[in-house]
Amino acid sequence: MSASQAATPRKGRARKVPRQHIDRTGQEISGWLFCLPMIVILGVFMFVPILMALWVSVSDWTGRGTPFGGNVSFVGAENYTDVLAKPGLAQSDFGTALRNNAWYTLIVVPLQTLLSLALAVMLNRKILKARGFFRTAFYFPSVTSSVAITVLWLFLFNAAGPINAMLKWFGVNGPNWFNDPQGIIHLLLGAFGVKNGPAALTEHSFLGVSAWDWLAGPSVAMFAIILMVIFTTSGTYMLMFIAALQSIGEATEEAAIMDGATPWQRMWKVTVPQLKPTIFTVVTLGIIGTWQVFDQIYTGTQGGPAKTTLTTAYLSYSAAFNSQEWGRGAAISFILFVIIIVMTWIQRWVMKDKKMSRRKRADYEAMKAEARSMTKAEVMSLGACRAGKHAATATATATVAGKE
Amino acid sequence: MRNRNKLTMITAASVAVLTLLAGCGGGSGFDDNASSDKPTSDSSQELTVLIGSSGDTETKAVKDAVAAWSEKSGTKATVQVANDLAQQLSQGFAGGDPADVFYLAPEQLAGYASNGSLLAYGDQLKNKGDFYDNLLQTFTYDGKLYAAPKDVSTLQLVINTDMWSEAGLTDADYPTTWDELADVAKKLTNDDHVGLAFNGEYARIGVFLKQAGGGLVSDDGSKAIANTDESLKGLTEVKDLLDTGTVKYASDLGTGWGGEAFGSKKAAMTIEGNWITGGLSADYPDVKYKVVALPEGPAGKGTMHFTNGWGIAADSKNQQGAIDLVEYLTSDDVVMGFAKAFGIMPATKTLADTWKGEFPDLSAFMDGLDYSVTVPTAKGAADVVTDFNAQLEGLKTGDPKTILDKTQTNLEAILQ
Repeated sequence: MSASQAATPRKGRARKVPRQHIDRTGQEISGWLFCLPMIVILGVFMFVPILMALWVSVSDWTGRGTPFGGNVSFVGAENYTDVLAKPGLAQSDFGTALRNNAWYTLIVVPLQTLLSLALAVMLNRKILKARGFFRTAFYFPSVTSSVAITVLWLFLFNAAGPINAMLKWFGVNGPNWFNDPQGIIHLLLGAFGVKNGPAALTEHSFLGVSAWDWLAGPSVAMFAIILMVIFTTSGTYMLMFIAALQSIGEATEEAAIMDGATPWQRMWKVTVPQLKPTIFTVVTLGIIGTWQVFDQIYTGTQGGPAKTTLTTAYLSYSAAFNSQEWGRGAAISFILFVIIIVMTWIQRWVMKDKKMSRRKRADYEAMKAEARSMTKAEVMSLGACRAGKHAATATATATVAGKE
Repeated sequence: MRNRNKLTMITAASVAVLTLLAGCGGGSGFDDNASSDKPTSDSSQELTVLIGSSGDTETKAVKDAVAAWSEKSGTKATVQVANDLAQQLSQGFAGGDPADVFYLAPEQLAGYASNGSLLAYGDQLKNKGDFYDNLLQTFTYDGKLYAAPKDVSTLQLVINTDMWSEAGLTDADYPTTWDELADVAKKLTNDDHVGLAFNGEYARIGVFLKQAGGGLVSDDGSKAIANTDESLKGLTEVKDLLDTGTVKYASDLGTGWGGEAFGSKKAAMTIEGNWITGGLSADYPDVKYKVVALPEGPAGKGTMHFTNGWGIAADSKNQQGAIDLVEYLTSDDVVMGFAKAFGIMPATKTLADTWKGEFPDLSAFMDGLDYSVTVPTAKGAADVVTDFNAQLEGLKTGDPKTILDKTQTNLEAILQ
């Protein structure tokens, strides 16, 4: 790998002389020509429709004929204020959808990331027999149509379905999953005797939904959907983690073993930090995917029970197609777009490699200098007791010591 | 030099995109002022009929009827079955190329009529006088009739006769008041089934509101009456019934709708419409049942009716042909054929007695039309009803007054 990288610039330099004779303008034009099919396709199927939708979101188009006709007029931000500022059904529907979707994202993203990571680590172990079988088995839900899985789920989580029958073995009376609109946090609080929220929470509201209801948590029905989504997507992300794990190589793992790091420490202090780029990808894709959830709602619950599985994307669809409020539907989808951008940006900022503080850097330098000054025998005697605390540093030390 | 090239390229690309946009704008061939007074009658154009079918029997019956009309009139017509009627219709209207004739639900009427998608062909309909007036009212928007009612359904009380006699009840015990209903529900409840089950939605619970003299909107649809004392009395009665534990929502029994709860013997009675007969004979042929009128409330009898109409697109190239087709599809013989094939109830006064003669066991459904009310049809009303339904699911733990107050506010917002 490194050899070929080193070779490339040299080759480039050697060819530089004849390249100067090439007609740069012609090259640029042919470049554009080669890109043109893709530009046209993207333009026609993405860029233009997005612009059209943007126009619809600030117009009073009623869904008949072209949105650029003479009888469609510009209404400014009216569609946006309807859902964001003006008290009413449109606003409280949007608030409810946002509440449901936020809880959904909050639960699905961490759980699916952890589960797929755990699956990947387990499947990456050499010792495991029939790895191929497990890999296929875990990946299978991902390649199955989400509609089929939803139908399966509706059957499994029926009030008299298999899940509740199994819960009965343990003496648990299962809930009426897809028909139970009670929020999980509310249910937990209810178990402690808190049935109605304090006035401070019930009196204040945001987007037409009271603070107490914002804190309701996902409903039992939404929770069943959450379980389903985690079940289906973790296979996909597992595959990404497996790919990343395989490219890490065994050297660091072996070094950490030599240093006496426990499996738990090796996992969290050696493997996971090296997976950071993959974790970033998985979390980003997770956030985008969960904010856009639609199929499961459309084929499964259509927003019910009591609007607790209403999501932003589904609300956008139903506002346009069922209520003939096309402008509002488009406006909701653009608000959703902004939410996704902001969320992704926040998580990028959170996961960014922070610049090390000056003190920490000085510490590292001191540690390195200390390690270099040590003799091999000293290092070897040190490893056992120190590794526990600074597995990563010790590994580095060992490498440095090995070179000397 | 290079920068200028880039600039040229970007400019060229932008121009291309804008041209495309403009093309989308003007090129759809749609003329905004096409709605003239005379219907289009290009009989060379094939008619498309878009239906939302309940099953193979309905699809076949409609296809046969349309084919018969084609043969008679010489105009070609094809029937398409929609997976999602509302979405496919909306798509057609937006694209300027909708189906010519289609099923039209009353709650969609206001949206489609207000944006000019529908042809107001009511005045050209020759058999207009045959329909029930309250059904025509349902399809009237802004003083114009937009659709001929296709069929109608009403809600009544469906009773499992085996369970009825098991509980020691006789024909004399059919409930005629709310108290009697609560009484028989209690007697019919045992470990295996509850007395009464129905869907927890306005389209069932509305009968109690009507029986108490309330409802969501006044008869002419202009005023919201959701939080009047009468409506409150009706909803409180439902809550009281649910509190006894002898009456339950179908969903609380793990079933999708009242008919399923009734057919799977989880409930001895249900409140459903005449469509239940088809479902029961197909899925639960061993269940014996009887249909009786719903009990009277403080304000007398009350039930709800639901209807569906035949809509015609304003963009249809052959509106005259479409009107002829609708006249044929609503003619007595065809409607009775539909009734026998998939159990609909005719929407015309002329057929009421014929139908009752044909289906004497179901005559209670037809009688219900005399005292029934329908769902509000103002623009945006469907959203309000959805919200009302969402709140009704929590009726058992909720407060009827709060639910009705919120619905009243929502209704007032769309009715002003």
